[in-house]
Amino acid sequence: MPTAPTVPSEEIERIFRAEYGRSVAVLVRVFGDIDIAEEAVQDAFAIALQRWPADGLPPSPAGWIITTARNRAIDRLRREESRDDRQAQAALLHARDEPVEEGPVRDERLRLIFTCCHPALAPAARVALTLRLLGGLSTAEIARAFLVSESTMAQRLVRAKGKIRDAGIPYRIPREADLPDRLRAVLAVIYLIYNEGHTASSGERLDRADLGAEAIRLGRVLVELMPDEPEAQGLLALMLLLESRRPARATADGGLVLLADQDRRLWDRDLIDEGQAVVRRCLRRDDPGPYQIQAAINAVHSDASAVQDTDWRQIVRLYDQLLAVSPTPVVALNRAVAVAEVDGPEAGLALVDALDLDGYYVFHAIRADLLRRLGRNAEAAAAYAAAIERTDNAAEQEYLQGRRDALK
Amino acid sequence: MKHYLLSVYQPDGPPPEPAILDPIMRDIAAVEQEMKDAGVWVFSGGLHAPSTATVLQRKDDDVLTIDGPYVEGKEHLGGFTIVKAPDLDAALEWGRKLATAIQALPIEVRPFQDSIGG
Repeated sequence: MPTAPTVPSEEIERIFRAEYGRSVAVLVRVFGDIDIAEEAVQDAFAIALQRWPADGLPPSPAGWIITTARNRAIDRLRREESRDDRQAQAALLHARDEPVEEGPVRDERLRLIFTCCHPALAPAARVALTLRLLGGLSTAEIARAFLVSESTMAQRLVRAKGKIRDAGIPYRIPREADLPDRLRAVLAVIYLIYNEGHTASSGERLDRADLGAEAIRLGRVLVELMPDEPEAQGLLALMLLLESRRPARATADGGLVLLADQDRRLWDRDLIDEGQAVVRRCLRRDDPGPYQIQAAINAVHSDASAVQDTDWRQIVRLYDQLLAVSPTPVVALNRAVAVAEVDGPEAGLALVDALDLDGYYVFHAIRADLLRRLGRNAEAAAAYAAAIERTDNAAEQEYLQGRRDALK
Repeated sequence: MKHYLLSVYQPDGPPPEPAILDPIMRDIAAVEQEMKDAGVWVFSGGLHAPSTATVLQRKDDDVLTIDGPYVEGKEHLGGFTIVKAPDLDAALEWGRKLATAIQALPIEVRPFQDSIGG
């Protein structure tokens, strides 16, 4: 018999990270308790570190993790049960009522996603829980990603899990009538994670987990679990297309490069192809929503090998559509930028000036740029100054200062 | 089955005119009837103004009696309903109906510890 190939501990770690969400979701269903599920997967990880290097990978690592974790948790709970631990008793009772299914393990992640993104939880807690339970990120990693201390993040997670347990937030896919709202909340959490990574990538160089990649991974999971939800597809496409420009978004020293100034040869063709394919699938389905339309807008940008080849008329049309489904001033602002490309900066500026977005730095940055193009340099300088005042991001400030200095 | 407290918080001051209040009270009564018909209603009631409250607090071997309310604020607990529900989603559904009936006032939904009275 051939000896089993040795499995390095990094490989074991990678497998557990990849299978974490699936395993925890199944165990939450079995025990009705997140902490027990997490602890059980940790136990299984410790056992795998001992056994896998010698025994080799089990045929189904996910199945092995779930079975091992489940058995370990039941052993542990039985010990605690004999000490009259009521929580242990409840969890064991729960486990008895949940039949062990034969064959491939059912994917329970969708239920867990809806629990993590429940509207009764604070948005910051939804993000943290989703990254922890579905993404398998450690508390320390999440804390670093959101620039808070590990103890703050640990507290946030404990509090959120406590609310799920004590308030009785269910592990359930919402019923049909609630699904649109609840799905919107899930999509918003994933997009928030993506945007956090997106902004961070252009900011100061910090040791932050790759939230962009993590959000895309979650987006893929959601599409896999809800293949018939066009907005889930739309969000994935949007993130893929934005991500394709990441290599071109920053200079070597971390400076910001706007879409118009990017070296488009640096764009990631594979991500563009994948994103555009998803957009085409959405178009065929013809059930547009905000994420699909934003993805379509980005797909048009991705089509242009140079900024002057951009089909701005098509982009204005898409913004008209977006404004109809999500009539926010920020969408109107972005539409105005596209209108300026089609009808000139004066037309764009008239639309911009009608918006009430004084607190938003991008509003002032766009005004500044339109004023500059109209030769109204003094007003442009004032608008750049207003924009600089309203952002904390170092790379953005530096970019805006550069633009203001170039006016003279 | 869990139990949830649905409380109404209202601003201090006199209640609205009957022309405004009466239809609201009718809508609340209708929601309560719906709760009773569904078998989830445990208790509900409106409270007199906070100025009618009395606070008791033990001090050494004595219990002091003090004019209330205990917590001074611009808003106070105006009334509450207790419902039985299998989980938070079900409790929120009832809370939503109350919030709709009660118009602009917020409803706070809180779980009881363990199950009370089965």
